[in-house]
Amino acid sequence: MIGWRSTYAIYRNELSRFMRTVFGSLVSPVLTTSLYFIVFGAAIGGRMSDVGGVDYGAFIVPGLLMLTLLSESTSNASFGIYMPRFTGAIYELLSAPVGVGETLLGFVGAAATKSLILASVILLTATLFVDYSIAHPFYALVFIVLVSASFSLLGFILGIWAEGFEKLQMVPMLILTPLTFLGGTFYSIDMLSEPWRTIALFNPIVYLVNGLRWTFYGQADVSIGVSLGLTLAFLATCIAIIAWIFRSGWRLRS
Amino acid sequence: METILDIAGLTKVYPGGLKALDGVDLQIRRGEIFALLGPNGAGKTTLIGAVCGIVRVTGGSIHAFGHDLSHHWRDARRRIGLVPQELGFDMFDTVERQVAYSRGLFGCAPDPARIEEVLRSLSLWDKRKEQIRALSGGMKRRVLIAKALSHDPELLFLDEPTAGVDVELRRDMWRQIDRLRDQGVTVILTTHYIEEAQEMADRVGVIDKGRLLLVDDKDAIMARLGRTEARFRLAVPLADVPDSLCAYPLHLEDDGMTLAYRGGDGAGKGKAEIAAIAQALAKADVAYVALDQKESSLEDIFVGLVEEGAAA
Repeated sequence: MIGWRSTYAIYRNELSRFMRTVFGSLVSPVLTTSLYFIVFGAAIGGRMSDVGGVDYGAFIVPGLLMLTLLSESTSNASFGIYMPRFTGAIYELLSAPVGVGETLLGFVGAAATKSLILASVILLTATLFVDYSIAHPFYALVFIVLVSASFSLLGFILGIWAEGFEKLQMVPMLILTPLTFLGGTFYSIDMLSEPWRTIALFNPIVYLVNGLRWTFYGQADVSIGVSLGLTLAFLATCIAIIAWIFRSGWRLRS
Repeated sequence: METILDIAGLTKVYPGGLKALDGVDLQIRRGEIFALLGPNGAGKTTLIGAVCGIVRVTGGSIHAFGHDLSHHWRDARRRIGLVPQELGFDMFDTVERQVAYSRGLFGCAPDPARIEEVLRSLSLWDKRKEQIRALSGGMKRRVLIAKALSHDPELLFLDEPTAGVDVELRRDMWRQIDRLRDQGVTVILTTHYIEEAQEMADRVGVIDKGRLLLVDDKDAIMARLGRTEARFRLAVPLADVPDSLCAYPLHLEDDGMTLAYRGGDGAGKGKAEIAAIAQALAKADVAYVALDQKESSLEDIFVGLVEEGAAA
């Protein structure tokens, strides 16, 4: 049983928190992405040959989008649940008639919504710098939603696990960003020589970047089925971990 | 009277081994104001947290509105409100939105008129558009109360509602609680101000080291344990208590210089007896130069109970 009013209250509250800081939340990722387009797309991309028949500037669009989605989804959701723990406002959530369902749909739904808004803004920004097209818009949307939701869930787990702001930043900074850069954001892993190509296949981000790239250009280093399967498996794992957190009360209830 | 909350054998042992609650049994009646009195660390907040879902209990059971909380927590929590001891909310949000958020969180349909009513009753209406961080400490505490009242709870917990607030605000809080009583809301408040329990509560429970030492009507406690003391400072020392006063609980102190009375029932008997003694002394030509009179308060009773509990 889900209390829809409670869910909506959490969702709206989180979005209103986002709207309070909408300028900073959007400007910083858009600026960063624009810089990537200018440096990699225009400056360097001009000297690069096409990658699999796709102009280099257009080739990096899905990767850059993925880079932003992963880091923003994770940090938005982690802050969303960490802040009430930090300020003490968590008491209200714990004493309210809400369970894991309402909390997840509310917090993660809001974080994923922010990610979708951000994704739209970044795709619009990209049109200023490069010509790109989306071959499978429906799959692109599904994939973006899935990735936003999964990494918002991951962020939620981090926000419950973290005991300080430092830890909150650790996973996005030390794990997600490096893996994304090494995960074929700026290149096709077919360009790598062995053994690096095989090693790259152990990087889960490779499958995410390539999944999204497939929805844009209909081709990628790995098959879309594997990408989708891995994303769904990751989503399921995160949900299972969160269900356990709520059942055990870990880090939430004393 | 209908029991709204039934706690049986409630035990909480924290991972460190600290036993915060030790087999607490407590029944709360609908519509009453119940004061849970105890020193810091007695287990008051843990007890509230156990009912409100913030603390996971080690043993025992809690029934609210006739439902077992471990199963029907959703229905029960919708009808329970909590005002915590510590300020905890989104400081950057506005008063109005935070209170409306609380209402929604507890599953109630939006009701701007009700929110306005709550804000007005707490003198927050003029501040509704302000960020909470801009409010004074007392106002912030009122926001917590407004949040807890926003979903019209039938059972309200106030954890140290007047700790660290000034006298004026404390009076104000008491008026608020009175108003809630009139509306039929059951209130459980914790405090270590005895004065507060004496002023507000219908019933009082004394808790120390996780054990409920005593639960009774406030008046009954006063009657059972309340005492009046009087000391007549005599002009000339007496060797014995005059025969005409033998019926009263009197004894001599300070080498016969002071005639001391200790008795009464916490209601009016002590004062009446002292008046009678004063008249009898005048009749017997015993002169006194000073008279001290003191009612033992809930505080003396409380200190006595806690000391007894510690000795046991």
